[in-house]
Amino acid sequence: MLGNGLAGGSGFRPFDEALADSGIGPMTAREIEVFQVNVGKLCNQTCKHCHVDAGPDRSDETMSRETLGLCLDAIRRIGQPTVDITGGAPELNAHFRWFVEQARSLGCHVIDRCNLTVLTIDSQRGLAGFLAKHSVEVVASLPYFLQSRTDAQRGAGAFAKSIKALRMLNDLGYGLPGTGLLLNLVYNPTGAFLPPDQSEIEADFRRELRSRHRIEFSSLYTLTNMPISRYLEFLVRSGNYERYMEQLVNAYNPVAASQVMCRSMISIGWDGRLFDCDFNQMLELEVGYGAPRHVSEFDPARLASRRIVTAEHCYGCTAGSGSSCGGTTT
Amino acid sequence: MGGYYDENDLARFAEMAEGAPALWEKFNAWYGAVFESGALTEREKSLIALAVAHALECPYCIDAYTRGCLEKGSNLEQMTEAVHVASAIKGGSALVHGLQMRNVEAKLSI
Repeated sequence: MLGNGLAGGSGFRPFDEALADSGIGPMTAREIEVFQVNVGKLCNQTCKHCHVDAGPDRSDETMSRETLGLCLDAIRRIGQPTVDITGGAPELNAHFRWFVEQARSLGCHVIDRCNLTVLTIDSQRGLAGFLAKHSVEVVASLPYFLQSRTDAQRGAGAFAKSIKALRMLNDLGYGLPGTGLLLNLVYNPTGAFLPPDQSEIEADFRRELRSRHRIEFSSLYTLTNMPISRYLEFLVRSGNYERYMEQLVNAYNPVAASQVMCRSMISIGWDGRLFDCDFNQMLELEVGYGAPRHVSEFDPARLASRRIVTAEHCYGCTAGSGSSCGGTTT
Repeated sequence: MGGYYDENDLARFAEMAEGAPALWEKFNAWYGAVFESGALTEREKSLIALAVAHALECPYCIDAYTRGCLEKGSNLEQMTEAVHVASAIKGGSALVHGLQMRNVEAKLSI
């Protein structure tokens, strides 16, 4: 195991140097628009690319109701940010539904980053209906519209269960025009290569999912795989690390760098620690440069002007058209 | 030298500028323009390039355009069909030359 860190001694140009050369660095945050809460690493899947290293064995690292309460206090202090709930499979946190209800009662737009298959397990019966009732935006991982590539990344049977879950969501009105229920899919490459043009692959997904499975969705986001955690292990094990990093570094795009998501978001770990993004969270790179480090010390004004902690993995968000939790950034 | 082909050489392609930089620049500009989206999409052009790479049996090009096709959103099924197109044309090309053989045979025979 390589742990969560980058492969050492790579010799690539430091990310901050790339920022400085393009007249951007040091990177600083703006006002917080997205409050992203990682409610735990427990997941019903063990995907090969997972940057969280999530799985069924990670039940100890789960956000408590007390910490979720501190998150709600912080949300009130910001105003009405988008509340972006991620994991693991966030729905497996016992307090997930309570937290969604509370965030919605504050008037916040709520996003559930859903692996889809969780909607099909017995303990989560009624989950899709709950999400629809509270107008929660579903951002669902589906790496490809074919079974072979989806199952290769997410485990045998994952594609069939994902299609079943998408049908459940469609039946509730998710992804259909005029319902207001957003169902956005997330594509990420199933290997050591960069994602395609977002609009082109979205058209492919729409055509293929519609004709093969009668599935509709709102939009598709492409994400670049970050060279950390399980994906990093794959890159190193398969001999692809150096070349993948070269690709990311060579594809550095200053426009994408100026629009990275960490500038307008804060990421909260299961134990309440604060991070610039979910990737930094998995690398244990807490917010730095004097910013408050725990949700119990949340101060929107100080966090809004913080300097962002960067490292080599940040090239993943600045390559080509850029990459963020909401897809491309340019 | 370990062999005639080294995968690390692909990244050294730009060294071909040395000795004839003006020609390299022209090649580079033309090559880039060829692969831009036009009447054909970038994805279609990558699939054509992958097929041609197999017809030419160029390991550098196969490496580059396998990756290129994946990054344009093509999948293994589509890429395999492209390779079959190249193979069919190569096979057909060999077979259609059988008519040359038949012509010569006819001319030589009583």
